[in-house]
Amino acid sequence: MPTTATYTEPVLRRIDVTAPLVADGSAAGSDQIKIATEHVSIKYGEKVAVKDVTLTVQARSILALIGPSGSGKSTFLRCFNRMNDLIPGAKVQGQVCLDGENVTDQDVSVVELRRRVGMVFQRPNPFPMSIYENVAYGPRRRGMNGRRQLDELVETSLKRAALWDEVKDDLRRKSGLALSGGQQQRLCIARVLATEPEVILMDEPASALDPVSTLRIEELMRELREAYTIVIVTHNMQQAARVSDVTAFFTMADDRAGYLVEVGPTGRIFTRPTERLTEDYISGRFG
Amino acid sequence: MAQLTNTYRATGLRAAPSLRQRIDLPRRVVFGAAASMIFIVVLLLAFITWQGLQLFIKDGVSIGQILSPTWQPDSTSPNLSFGLLPFIAGTVYVTALALLISTPVSVGLALFLSEVAPGWARAIVQPALEIFVGIPSVVWGWLGITILVPFLSHTFHGGMVLSLPIAGDVFRVPGFLTGFSWLAGSLVLSIMIVPTITSVSYDAFRAVPQELRTGSLALGTTRWQTIRHLLIPSALTGVLTAIVLGMTRAAGEALAVQMVIGNSPSMPAAITQPVTTLTSQITLDMGNTVFGEPWQDALWTMSLVLLVISISSVVLVRVINKRRMGA
Repeated sequence: MPTTATYTEPVLRRIDVTAPLVADGSAAGSDQIKIATEHVSIKYGEKVAVKDVTLTVQARSILALIGPSGSGKSTFLRCFNRMNDLIPGAKVQGQVCLDGENVTDQDVSVVELRRRVGMVFQRPNPFPMSIYENVAYGPRRRGMNGRRQLDELVETSLKRAALWDEVKDDLRRKSGLALSGGQQQRLCIARVLATEPEVILMDEPASALDPVSTLRIEELMRELREAYTIVIVTHNMQQAARVSDVTAFFTMADDRAGYLVEVGPTGRIFTRPTERLTEDYISGRFG
Repeated sequence: MAQLTNTYRATGLRAAPSLRQRIDLPRRVVFGAAASMIFIVVLLLAFITWQGLQLFIKDGVSIGQILSPTWQPDSTSPNLSFGLLPFIAGTVYVTALALLISTPVSVGLALFLSEVAPGWARAIVQPALEIFVGIPSVVWGWLGITILVPFLSHTFHGGMVLSLPIAGDVFRVPGFLTGFSWLAGSLVLSIMIVPTITSVSYDAFRAVPQELRTGSLALGTTRWQTIRHLLIPSALTGVLTAIVLGMTRAAGEALAVQMVIGNSPSMPAAITQPVTTLTSQITLDMGNTVFGEPWQDALWTMSLVLLVISISSVVLVRVINKRRMGA
């Protein structure tokens, strides 16, 4: 495979950056590796969308993927729960390991994978049913039918998503669609939490929300970090700086393929980036 | 430029409209077209209602008699009776059975087209459905007479009895006599309404946002679970609308049904027996009657009943869709 200097070089350095992070464990709550990708490339037909990304995500930490539009952040995110399978012509090469198990293998159960790796989308997408049914949707499909069990799960999920107090009075009467945008997004988070995932992927979860709702979502992410591993794609650099433990910067190469420039503890990426490209981006010189 | 602006200002916002602007021909044409349309519909409704009520007003037939099963409209017959029940029941039964057969097939086809079919399959099935709609009903009736009716009479002339050990015979159907029957009518209708139900429910399924499907799949559900628990409930009002539209089409169909149904003006006894419907009886009898005689007035009353059926289904569709808006 022909490679350009602009992207091979940073990948090598990236390993240098990650290594001490795993060792001192200061940035993350734990030093256990939850997700590891090895030389992941994603193609849509002939077009290479993501090129050769290798990185690791610590358990119970927040990794933020930042970078300009078209740098393949969202595409890369979707390979963690194989949502790329739904896109005709999309092809993932390389390894994506969840707890050391390669999830890109054909014999991996996608259904099981997506229960362990939940996803919150850019635009809130509550189902056209009651708040209760929205949250109970995942567990019910898994065969949970006990009324009391479901009630309990719905309540804890909504509490964790910081929505319970606002909706507890008309859980069954009010449609999920009748909530405000920020509430809808928290409902979607509750819906994911109800399936009891280990990892939560968030694809620009606050980009369609107003600033107050955005802050609530960010607070929520900080709280969820205690129990879950979170990977978030964001366009908003302040957001990445505020919520994440580790930041990975992606950009687009000359051939329009997205690649990873560098990854490191968020504090360092935003103060002393190793790469010129990262510095240009975070200081607003491009992107 | 400045001058132009000034000229414009001079005529100003309050300039008197020219003759042409005042007449505004296109607006009048469109308005006239709409008004005449409404006028025609109102006139039609009024006329059918008036004619339909003549049986009660002029001929003094009671509502009770209308609801009796005896149909002896010929003025020479010794006991004249205008019982419309066999026709109303026939229409309801034939339509219901047609819907029962057609709905699963059509909704399944719509689901296949919207959720499963690859692009090329959709490109074949959709035009095929459009051609389907375009086939004249006489052709369907003709196919029914030449293929379906002989098939039924040759294949199933023995009766069918369903016996259970203790309960005895719980279900008994006599065999076909000629093949002209309730079942034949329903089968022909069920094929004819497939395109209606399919295309309307297809639209309902397509109207469910893609984000909801991805949202459901991302929660670790299978495609079937997503269809069963998200897509069908979300599109339910649209599918119900499709079924009501299919029902209206089936209840209003005259020719094809009349050709295969046997037209026996008695209460429907079994799906293997000849029955009759409102529409087929009207087309059969209208040539034999004289304007103004009670027999013809009874036919008008049948038209009125049909009209009431179709108006109530329009209302039903409205109610269903209002519910959807409210949800």
